[in-house]
Amino acid sequence: MIPEKEEWIKALINRHGAELQNKFLSATVAVCGLGGLGSNIVTALARAGVGKLILIDFDRVDITNLHRQQYKAGQIGMYKTEALSENIKEISPYTEVETHTVKIDESNANKLLKSADIICEAFDKPEYKAMLVNFVLEFMPDKYIVSASGMAGIASANSIHTRKLSKRFYLCGDEVSDVSESTALLSSRVMLCAAHQAHTVLRILANEFEA
Amino acid sequence: MVKINGENLDIDGKTVAHYLVFAGYDTKRVAVELNGNIVPKTQYEETILKNGDSVEVVSFVGGG
Repeated sequence: MIPEKEEWIKALINRHGAELQNKFLSATVAVCGLGGLGSNIVTALARAGVGKLILIDFDRVDITNLHRQQYKAGQIGMYKTEALSENIKEISPYTEVETHTVKIDESNANKLLKSADIICEAFDKPEYKAMLVNFVLEFMPDKYIVSASGMAGIASANSIHTRKLSKRFYLCGDEVSDVSESTALLSSRVMLCAAHQAHTVLRILANEFEA
Repeated sequence: MVKINGENLDIDGKTVAHYLVFAGYDTKRVAVELNGNIVPKTQYEETILKNGDSVEVVSFVGGG
């Protein structure tokens, strides 16, 4: 039995307090890339009751994604935007979800991201990470960007951290573990980095700006 | 002296582009902040580092 919207909000307020929950509910967060980082960030933010999530990814769910990404075997072949919005509807039915099944670049980024308060960079390729971070900091100076670098391999969980680079730029990860030099991306370590990103988003919404 | 990623370097008068090449960075994978502000990629060649500047170079690695 799916609860009514009022019950859902009441339960969230019961957990987080009205002041904090109202900040979450009135926020819009964009997540760029819905892989190991993005699918976990979206899940955490939906559970916390962030009001609106903008999901951006051009790719489809592949069998090789299931070891670390928040998709199900029955969703192989679906666009990640559609699969994740289906999962979010089951977890948190009143979260507003906007999807864009496109490759984000400098020509469309402003249009896709302009309604977001905070933008999460959750790509896998370093060139795309750099492109998005540079674009947001240069051309969207009123936005916050929460980015990630370094979460591959089996190094300690404790080396994943969050660093505040400047007023609107946060970086999560160990900053060194490159997937091309490592054996694998492990679900737990990618999830740790995604949790750092999601937690940074919630802290910014709570007006807690230290890393 | 210019402070780059926490380390003082004697590179006053050099450009951001010069430093990035000197230090072996792949400019397609970096974001550069000078005194807390992003340096647009189009300005790497003309941005000259001065005594007292503080620079952060983030060089992204793959995985996500």
